[in-house]
Amino acid sequence: MINYDIVVIGGGPAGLAAAIEARKNGIESILVIERDRELGGILQQCIHNGFGLHEFNEELTGPEYADRFIKELEDMGIDYKIDTMVLHVDNKKNIKAINSNDGFMEISTKAIILSMGCRERTRGALAIPGSRPAGILTAGTAQRYINMEGYMVGKKAFILGSGDIGLIMARRLTLEGAKVLGVAEIMPYSGGLTRNIVQCLEDYDIPLFLSHTIIDIKGKDRLEGVWVAEVDDKRIPIKGTEKYYECDTLLLSVGLIPENELSNNLGIKMDSRTQGPIVNESMETTISGIFACGNVVHVHDLVDYVTEESRRAGKFAAKYVKGLIKNSENIVKTNSGTGIGYIVPQIIRIENIDKKLKLFMRVTDVYTNIKLIIKADENVISQQKKKQLNPGEMEMVNIPLDKIPSDIAKITVELVKEGE
Amino acid sequence: MLRKEITCIVCPIGCRLLVEKDDKEELGYKVSGNKCTRGEDYGIKEMTNPTRVITSTVKVLNGLLPRVPIKTDGPVPKDKIFKCMEEIDKVVIEAPINIGDIIILDILNTGVNVVATRDMK
Repeated sequence: MINYDIVVIGGGPAGLAAAIEARKNGIESILVIERDRELGGILQQCIHNGFGLHEFNEELTGPEYADRFIKELEDMGIDYKIDTMVLHVDNKKNIKAINSNDGFMEISTKAIILSMGCRERTRGALAIPGSRPAGILTAGTAQRYINMEGYMVGKKAFILGSGDIGLIMARRLTLEGAKVLGVAEIMPYSGGLTRNIVQCLEDYDIPLFLSHTIIDIKGKDRLEGVWVAEVDDKRIPIKGTEKYYECDTLLLSVGLIPENELSNNLGIKMDSRTQGPIVNESMETTISGIFACGNVVHVHDLVDYVTEESRRAGKFAAKYVKGLIKNSENIVKTNSGTGIGYIVPQIIRIENIDKKLKLFMRVTDVYTNIKLIIKADENVISQQKKKQLNPGEMEMVNIPLDKIPSDIAKITVELVKEGE
Repeated sequence: MLRKEITCIVCPIGCRLLVEKDDKEELGYKVSGNKCTRGEDYGIKEMTNPTRVITSTVKVLNGLLPRVPIKTDGPVPKDKIFKCMEEIDKVVIEAPINIGDIIILDILNTGVNVVATRDMK
């Protein structure tokens, strides 16, 4: 049996930030476990820039952002194991893991930080009809092939879904000499950042078809083409709007799912809206001493916010090991009111908040000129005017601790039209 | 160009800007549809001298991976993006490479260098 104070599962941006912060808070014995061949997670294949604007006040590429944290972790002498798969975690914090150097390992630890990230939804999750030829892959898989392995995925491509990775890959394929015929999005708005729509599609005259989807796929061995149709407001294809696009490649950018097999086996409580563990203000799950952070908790659109949230997990995991977390009698729940899809954290123990309570949330639709209202029980404690809110862009709200009464049962966030 | 519609990317609102040639204006263009002055600056820059940072990869020999990511260390004129890509595609380098190493000096006389964005052992 190997012993550590804190074991971090996943060496992407969340795991790196959590491990570094735990060390800064005085924990010597930390192990990071990563299943890939190197640390850095998905950042290593995100070679485009735009990372770090909040964290470092400059625009970095994904690998550059990862590099800063990997070097800091290595300089601190924090242990890590790559090419290592965690097979099982139990609620007594025993971990079973395996790799080809150490073989099978049993690791016992005082605290665990879950930072396994997320994975892409695949064709199977969408149930697109048609044949199953080669040439259909998720946008992230194509990204890894092109940017890390050096393989080009096709010459003429269509993209389904306007998530950020799909938009980024539209530009990437174009720069590498492929023709991108268009991006179809089933919703009437894009799921990606405006910046990406402009710099990845408009810059290269790639059309974005909102309220459109793929209804059929042609090709036996290799993809030959896709049928695209407009959808109505119930997302049902409209007869007569079908159009055929001849292409050899279809990329899917249709959403991300937190990767929670280990969390589910552990029996921690999950939030059906985020598809991640329910966490409290300290990023602790419903099993004490097991923390979670980053995309395994909820899908973020900016890595900067992952870093911020993961530092909190690292800091409180360190406090947990030292026995410094305050267990409160009064549990406050966050409540998603009108227009709010979810809020993280779901549970708050006010005693553990340091100056400000930070809430991450997503809205359910596109809203313009709207008021975002925060209530402690039924009393409004804060309100902000917002010119525009998009489901594709996560909102962050800071509430000063002195505005939050200590004896409340819930904090509600809701949207109200101006003037109401 | 006399007029162009562009989406502003300065902030998440994404105003639809209309940029029109207007000799009465100090900078030669009038911007409408913007909700702030930053949008005006962006609109005029996009019309007069649009630039972008290019990110891509180059081929690596004897490295952990067969490709290393690169970027231009400053923005290049938008109309030179594909010409720059032709230069980037010609490069083959040997590992080891350090983050920040110059891969192409002063690409196409733009005054901008192409640099590695990670270490490659």
